[in-house]
Amino acid sequence: MIVDEEIDILLNDLLELYGYDFSDYSKASLKRRIVRLFMLDKFHSFAQFREKLRSDTNYIKRFIEEITVNVTEMFRDASFYKELRQEILPVLGTNPFIRIWHAGCSTGEEVYSVAILLHEANLLQKSLIYATDINPGVLERARSGIFPLSHMKHYSANYISAGGLQDFSSYYTANYDGGKFKEEFSKRMIFSTHNLVSDSSFNEFHLVICRNVLIYFDKELQEKVFELFDASMGKLAYLALGSKETLKFSSIHHKFKQVGKEKIWRKIK
Amino acid sequence: MAQDKITGHCKLLVVGGSAGSLDVILKMVPGLRHDLPFAIVLVLHRKSGGDYTLSDLLALRTKVRVKEVEDKEPLEKGCIYIAPPDYHLLFEKDNTLSLDYSEKVNYSRPSIDVSFESAAEVYGSSLACLLLSGANADGVKGLMAVKQAGGLVLVQDPKTADSPYMPQQALLHVDVDQVLDVKSMSEVINGLIC
Repeated sequence: MIVDEEIDILLNDLLELYGYDFSDYSKASLKRRIVRLFMLDKFHSFAQFREKLRSDTNYIKRFIEEITVNVTEMFRDASFYKELRQEILPVLGTNPFIRIWHAGCSTGEEVYSVAILLHEANLLQKSLIYATDINPGVLERARSGIFPLSHMKHYSANYISAGGLQDFSSYYTANYDGGKFKEEFSKRMIFSTHNLVSDSSFNEFHLVICRNVLIYFDKELQEKVFELFDASMGKLAYLALGSKETLKFSSIHHKFKQVGKEKIWRKIK
Repeated sequence: MAQDKITGHCKLLVVGGSAGSLDVILKMVPGLRHDLPFAIVLVLHRKSGGDYTLSDLLALRTKVRVKEVEDKEPLEKGCIYIAPPDYHLLFEKDNTLSLDYSEKVNYSRPSIDVSFESAAEVYGSSLACLLLSGANADGVKGLMAVKQAGGLVLVQDPKTADSPYMPQQALLHVDVDQVLDVKSMSEVINGLIC
């Protein structure tokens, strides 16, 4: 099995050779992901694993995709989307133009969920969603707007729990085993790689969504990312986190006020 | 021999359970000391819902502080922590808890194996783990890791379990230190010494 010192060696290689900095990720989860990949790809030794990573630039893509967690779904945590629909979007709608940053968007299921809410609130035409992730592979899938048909029943149930009143299946067309979401949604999205660890702020947003990304970071890195979000938000902008993530322990929390029961904060200072 | 280990160093007790385990926990919690010198973490298979009923339910039965885990929560002794539904729960070396939304393990999230293995790695011989009633084998591999790291392995007596499969599998595959019936559970936990 892989020991902690070997993990450190791998992380060092990744930073030196490819510029990916995982050194401030939560150790327990990161190690679990690395050991899982080691076994999945049937390496015989740490040395072989390391050599593959150092020499095969294609393998590095797979490594990043497997080490970062890309499990997501549409309208995940229905109560969150309900609050977004009922409380946040009407306020955002008073702006002439709405800029949203979805940081760590993975394969895009939640980006399309937000776009559907914007559409139903008649705000999509004046909105732009910047959807970013560290991982180019998942962004390609997000850009395609095609999600497995086998998941649609579950997504449709989530959509209804989140207060959706339309026929969910009217938003996509079935094509073999995938459902492709209408282009009116993807037209309002810009997909781009962005590394929360090393890249800086690139615009000012009315709403920043970053759900279940920070759980993979240690406290110091979380703090850095909160500062990045703060710098990317105008006054009275909103920040939305995952259901078990909190701004409470951060040094910027005094500039924010939680609205309602969901993990949504408003920048008040 | 098991007795020796029970009086060893316990910094953390992790309790895993599935079908039929909630009832056991509700019976065990009222008998716990209010000044436990270690933290207790509950990792149970349950449906995800927006409410906090399980922590409320437990809080009614004990003066020990009960809390559903938030990301990077520091572990404090004398507290009961509950793994939130739909996340894996992991232990960090700095005595905090972290959450993980990766693939289900044994069709479960949280997976008991994942939490036991992670706790074993961080706490080694100062860890005790207790596996309760359940209808699948999640937790058994985790108990092996706990044993290997020198931790204490406790299992509910299958005869007293609603779904005996999980503790049975543990007894089959792991060198269990002690088998507990529901009545003696809180007393044994109170006796785990820091």
